[in-house]
Amino acid sequence: MTAYAREFKRMAARYTSDLRHRGLIQRALKGYETKRDEYKGRYQNWSEARQAASEIKWEAINHLDRHLAEFITKIEARGTRVFVAGTGAQARDYIVGVAKQNRVRSIIKSKSMTAEEIGLNEALEHAGCTVFESDLGEFIVQLRREKPYHLVFPAMHLTRDEISRLFHDELGSEPTDSPEELTMIARRVMRKNYCAADMGISGANFAVAETGMISITENEGNARLSTSLPKIHIALVGIEKIVPRLEDLALFLPMLATAGAGQPLTCYNTLYGGPRQPGECDGPEQFHVVLLDNRRTELLADPEQRDALHCIRCGACLNVCPIFRNVGGHAYGTTYQGPIGSVITPHLRGLQDWKHLSASSSLCGACTEACPVGIDLHHHLLQNRRNAARERPSLSEKILYAGFVFIMRHPVLYRLSTRLAPVFFPLHRLVKGTFFDPLRAWTQTRDLPVPARQSFHAYWNDKMSNRKARHGGN
Amino acid sequence: MAATDQRNEVFARIREALRVPAPHRHAAPAHDAAPAPNDGPPASDAFRAWLPAVGPSLNDQLVMFAFNCNQLRTELRTLASLDEAAAQLALLARENNWRQIASHRHPLVLPLAEKLALPTLLTDDGYAIPDLERCHAAITGCDALVAQTGSILVSSGSAGGRALSVLPPHHVVIAQRSQLVPDLAAALALARERYAPNWPSFLSFITGPSRTGDIERILVLGAHGPKQLTVLIVP
Repeated sequence: MTAYAREFKRMAARYTSDLRHRGLIQRALKGYETKRDEYKGRYQNWSEARQAASEIKWEAINHLDRHLAEFITKIEARGTRVFVAGTGAQARDYIVGVAKQNRVRSIIKSKSMTAEEIGLNEALEHAGCTVFESDLGEFIVQLRREKPYHLVFPAMHLTRDEISRLFHDELGSEPTDSPEELTMIARRVMRKNYCAADMGISGANFAVAETGMISITENEGNARLSTSLPKIHIALVGIEKIVPRLEDLALFLPMLATAGAGQPLTCYNTLYGGPRQPGECDGPEQFHVVLLDNRRTELLADPEQRDALHCIRCGACLNVCPIFRNVGGHAYGTTYQGPIGSVITPHLRGLQDWKHLSASSSLCGACTEACPVGIDLHHHLLQNRRNAARERPSLSEKILYAGFVFIMRHPVLYRLSTRLAPVFFPLHRLVKGTFFDPLRAWTQTRDLPVPARQSFHAYWNDKMSNRKARHGGN
Repeated sequence: MAATDQRNEVFARIREALRVPAPHRHAAPAHDAAPAPNDGPPASDAFRAWLPAVGPSLNDQLVMFAFNCNQLRTELRTLASLDEAAAQLALLARENNWRQIASHRHPLVLPLAEKLALPTLLTDDGYAIPDLERCHAAITGCDALVAQTGSILVSSGSAGGRALSVLPPHHVVIAQRSQLVPDLAAALALARERYAPNWPSFLSFITGPSRTGDIERILVLGAHGPKQLTVLIVP
């Protein structure tokens, strides 16, 4: 077992037994479910819409070279500087380079999971910049020096009391149990930062090829402020964010909001097509778009799982996942949590190190059902398991299955084993779950079923001979 | 250290990866079925049949816009004349104790804003950020109102730049009844007709006052953007 898998098991065990944490997550997601179902119900046909979204993303990803080239040409034509980064390190170097060149000290950042993926904040801080996370949830986890708990709701694991104490300790604010007052504290702190920042950094939800624009979806207005006031705006965008046409957003924007947050539409859906243009009164002087590969092309090269690149990062699969809802977001140890994280992390960070996530699934298919772009998530989890076993077969599993097959193919051995089971069962009881138990991984928390006293085969033979005897007697 | 652009390398990797086609999984679940012919993805006209329904008449759309505004906590006032709009603005100014406001040179908006006779910052020729931050309200125009979602489409041109409609705590939009469109697809088509190929650098759908649910998933209005959003519809 790798260190990552051990850590996952340890964290998962800890969170699963924490009933307070589970209650908090269940409560938070209950409200989401009610709203999501209400707004989904307003669609004339959600499943057709989902199919269409899937087809549009299929087109975008399967002709990615063409659409990406068009995006670059169009957005560059309006004065945007596009940098294509093969790795996270190259993207970091470029962004740090822009910051240094412009003597940037203070950076205001709106939520970006892609920036989390490449550890951008650490790199900028190392270069002497101060980075302020402006999204309320991200601001809270940044103050706690923690990773986001959920790719859409970063601070959903915290109660208002914890946040109040955090603000009191870190910002010196008066304690309060009102979410509204807490939000206003963050608002006051962040206002100063927007106005003073030398640079704004954002992610993007979509990149429109046809018109050369990025689209950012948010509720708070922090992304709009981060991209309006500073003189430099850098957007870090995964290459898979492409949609071919502007009008595709008429479908994706509402679906993202409904599937991801249980809203009919997110508060601000903004398109940025360049730096401040002639005749415009504000906006950044420099606009950089950093397009990131960082092993997305490896996922692209796997036709079986290529549709995982259709993901629009709405988080719907996390919200419905029985594993996520019990082990929580921090147990995963990945940038992307939940089913989609379990599917793509092995591609982004190594199959053998992260295959355990694909095994931690009930394969119930709730994620596939919830996905607004129809990614076949639970089958991809199975494929990851298969690929991992094919690449590095496990000796113990090999022996186990070979033994099983051998017994099943030899009726004499099979019959013998059914006779022996009731004998060995009480013996197993003595060591169940202990170090001496070869099955302890399973039996520590579960009971083995009691072997039947009679096999079905024997039962049937008895029944038949009894009947014969009865018929013969009459 | 200067990073070098990996454009050629990344594009080469993409082309190499795409040499093996991916199945059209959504086409047919049966394994023996022939792959569906690829007519390209559906067009935006088709979306209308699946997204929430919008009534055909202007009145249906006004009712739907009003319903959505109510749910989003956008204040909506439908007014019979420009004079009524001016009176409504004056009322808002008194109620919310505006002492300075911001606006921009817009043929519909500016005359109304000027009637308030308050110190007014115009963003058109540039502005200092702290000056705009001190304003109690921003009065702007827009490109379109969207019935389906209760959204307001703004752009750098129609709303006095990027920051005017998001920095002051109260955003007031003045729109004409004729600016109401049924859905997002229609709003995007309208923007295309108006701007392409000289797109503004900024286009935004504003759907209600700024909000957050980041603390215990409880809705709070006025996270970083405006706490109040008012739409005045004039004839």
